Amino acid sequence: MEQIKSAAVLDKSIKECTAVIDAKLKGTNGKRAVLICGGTGCLANNSDEILHEFEKEIKAHGLEQKVSVNHVGCFGFCSQGPFVKIFPEDTLYHAVKVSDVKQIVEDDLIGGKICENLLYVDPVTKEKVVRQDDINFYKKQLRVALHGCSVINPDLLEESLGYDGFKALKKVLSEMTPQQVIDEVLASGIRGRGGAGFPTGKKWQFAANQKSEIKYVVCNGDEGDPGAFMDRSILEGNPFEVIEGMMIAGYAFGAHEGYFYVRAEYPVAVERLLRAIKDMEAVGLLGDHILGTDFSFRAHLRLGAGAFVCGEETALLNSIEGKRGMPRPRPPFPAIKGLWGKPTCVNNVETLAQIPYIIRVGAAEYAKIGTVGSKGTKVFALGGKINNVGLVEVPMGTTLRTLIFDIGGGIPNGKKFKAIQTGGPSGGCLTEKDLDTPIDYDSLIAKGSMMGSGGAIVMDEDNCMVDVAHFYMDFICSESCGKCSPCRIGTKRLYEMLTQVTNGQGTPKTLEDMRALANVIKGGSLCALGQTAANPILSTMNNFPDEYQAHVVDKKCPAHVCKKLMQYVIDPVKCKKCSKCARNCPVNCISGVPGKEPYVIDQSKCIKCGTCLAGCPFGAISKR
Amino acid sequence: MAIKPEVRKGVEAVCDEYSKEPSPLMMILSKIQKEYGYIPLEVQEIVSAKTGIPVAEIYGVVTFYSFFSLEPKGKYVLGICLGTACYVKSSQQILDKFEQILGIKAGQTTPDGLFTIEAIRCMGACALAPAMSVNGKVYPKVTPDEVNKIIAEYKALA
Repeated sequence: MEQIKSAAVLDKSIKECTAVIDAKLKGTNGKRAVLICGGTGCLANNSDEILHEFEKEIKAHGLEQKVSVNHVGCFGFCSQGPFVKIFPEDTLYHAVKVSDVKQIVEDDLIGGKICENLLYVDPVTKEKVVRQDDINFYKKQLRVALHGCSVINPDLLEESLGYDGFKALKKVLSEMTPQQVIDEVLASGIRGRGGAGFPTGKKWQFAANQKSEIKYVVCNGDEGDPGAFMDRSILEGNPFEVIEGMMIAGYAFGAHEGYFYVRAEYPVAVERLLRAIKDMEAVGLLGDHILGTDFSFRAHLRLGAGAFVCGEETALLNSIEGKRGMPRPRPPFPAIKGLWGKPTCVNNVETLAQIPYIIRVGAAEYAKIGTVGSKGTKVFALGGKINNVGLVEVPMGTTLRTLIFDIGGGIPNGKKFKAIQTGGPSGGCLTEKDLDTPIDYDSLIAKGSMMGSGGAIVMDEDNCMVDVAHFYMDFICSESCGKCSPCRIGTKRLYEMLTQVTNGQGTPKTLEDMRALANVIKGGSLCALGQTAANPILSTMNNFPDEYQAHVVDKKCPAHVCKKLMQYVIDPVKCKKCSKCARNCPVNCISGVPGKEPYVIDQSKCIKCGTCLAGCPFGAISKR
Repeated sequence: MAIKPEVRKGVEAVCDEYSKEPSPLMMILSKIQKEYGYIPLEVQEIVSAKTGIPVAEIYGVVTFYSFFSLEPKGKYVLGICLGTACYVKSSQQILDKFEQILGIKAGQTTPDGLFTIEAIRCMGACALAPAMSVNGKVYPKVTPDEVNKIIAEYKALA
C-alpha cells in the first residue's frame, strides 16, 4: 500500500477502498463474496478449515475469477456458528461444517440455489431465515462498537479504510483542536465501558490539564470477568477501530504513546492487533507527523500473565511496569500520575471502539442513543443457560427482558429463568422481578448489581445460587492480590463459611457472620476487587434468602447441586433391572440382580458423579 | 540444578532482545515461559544478572502471575475452563473426570510428564461452554464421556 502522509492521500485511499468493499458486497465487481467467521468461537469449530475447503473447492471448479473468499470477525451469534455469508445476496448459513462446503459451492455459488438445509430456523415460528437482519437475535441490536466486525477482514488495513476506518482520525487532525475533541466526547455523554462508568471526556480533561511532555494512553484489554468476551471479539474483528480510538484520545489530551494491555489468553486478538499496528506503521498512519501534522503517535502491546486484578487500572499500570499487579492507592489518579509517573488515561477496549463513531456522527447524534444518564450502546456477552449465546450490542436502556427473551431467545429445554448475573464477580444477580429494569449504569446499581464490563450469565432453576456464590468466592479468593488484609484473609474466611453452608454444616449464625464479614471487606479494601468482593454473596443472600435457609436449616439444596446435600436415587418401579448403571458406576456402589431385582445405590459409597443418571435409558434415576 | 550453556545463552538473548524496552521484565518472563515452559530460580538469577533487577523482585513477579511457573509443565496442558458460563454448564464435572482418570489434581502434572491439568479462568469461548483447551487448541461443548477420548488422543500422539 502507498504511504498515507496527508489528509488528501487518506481521503483518496478511503474513497478507493470504500469503492472496493462496496463493489464486493454489492457484487458489482462481477464476483460473489464468501465471508467466513474467524472469531475464536468459530475457529474452535473449524472455521479455518472451512475457509481452506472453500478455497480448494473454488479452485477445483475454476471459480477464482467469480468468487472471493474472505475471513471476517465475530458475527456475535456464537452458539450458531460457524457462519458463512454469501454476498451480494446476503444469505447467511449457520453451523456450517467442512462437509457442507461442497454443497454451498455447487448449489449456491454455481447453481444459484439457496441451501435451505443450512439456513437458520427460527425456534418459535419454525421458519427458515435467509438474511441476518431478519433473525430475531439481530433485530433489536445496534452495532456501534462492533462496527465492521463480521464485515471486514481484520487483517487488512484496506478493508478498514473501506468501512469507515480513519475518517474520524482525519476529522480530528484536520478540523478539530484537542479541546474540541474533548468537548465533543464530553457532550456525547459516553461513560467508561470497563465497569465503573466514569465519564470518558472528564478523564481526558483531567489528563489534558496536566502539564507534562510525556503522557500515555493505555487501552485496558485485560478482560478478566469470567463469561465476558466483548473486548476479545472487538480486537479480533476490527483492531483498527480501537487503535483509531486510542490515537484520537492521544491527540485530545496530548499523549504520543499508547499501550495495549491484552490478556495472554487471547492469542488471536493479540496476533491481529500486532499485525494492524505493523501495517499502520508501514503506511505512516502510526509514527511521526501523522497525515503531515505535528501529531506523532506510537502504539505498543503488553501481554497480561493471568492475573484478574490487573483489570483494575492501577494494578494494570504496575503490571506494564514489570511489577506484581497490585493496585496503587488513589489519589493520585492515573490521569495525574499514572504509567511511569506520567499522566495516563486508562480506557477500556469498548470505550475506545466507540470514539471513532462519536466523532464521525457527532456528539448530538450519539447522545440520542441510550438513556439520560447512560448514552450510546453496550456490548454484552450473553452466556450460560440461554438459547442464543453470543455477543449482543444494544442501546442503553434496553430492558433485561428484551435482552434475555427477545434477543437471547429465552431459556433452553423449557426450564424456568432464575437469575442473570451482570458485572461478573464484582456484580450481582438480578431476578424475575428485575426483568423490566432498563439496562443502564444507574438502574443496575440501584438494583444491587452493576453494569460491569458486560458479562451476562443466565441461570435457570437447575442452578443453586449458594453454589454460584461459592464459585465466585473461590474465584475472588484466589485472585485477591494479597495487599489488603480484609480482602486477602476475609475472602478466604467467607469462602470457608460458604463451603460449610454448601456442605450442610452451616447454621443461621454462619449466615449472620458472613454478612458482617462481607461488610468489613467492602469497607476495608483499596481497590474495586476488594470493595466488591462480597457482592456475589450479598446479592444472592438478598435475592434468594429461602435458598440459603434451606441449606442451613433443612440441610437441603433445593436445586440438587450441592453434593453433600443431595442424593441420587433409583425408582424401583421404573427400574428395568438392566444393570447399566451398576456397570457404569466408577465406585461400584450400585447393586442389584440383572433382570430380577431392581438396583439400589449405596449412599455411603456414592461420590455423586451423576454417571448413572446420565446413562439410565428409562429415566429411573433422579436427584433428591 | 545446573543450567545448560545453551539455555543460559538463550535466556540472555531474550534479555537482550527487550533491553531497549522500558520496564521489560514481564516481556522477558513471558518469552522465557513460552520457550522453556517454566522459570526456575536458576533462570531468574540469570535474568537478574542481565537486567540488574534483584532476584527477590523477579521471584515476586513470577509467583504473582498464574501464567508463570516454577516447575516444568506436562507436554500437554489440559486447560479446563471454570469461567462462569462453563461452570453453570457443569464444567466442574469435566475437571473432576480428568482428575479422576489421570489421578492428579488441578495444577499438578502426571509422573510421566505427559499431562498437566489446569483449572483456567474464562477463555472467552463461552458459546462453546463447557469448553477446554489442550495446548491452546479449543475443544467445544465437552461432555464427561469425551474425557477418555481426549486423553487417548494425546497419549497416541506422545
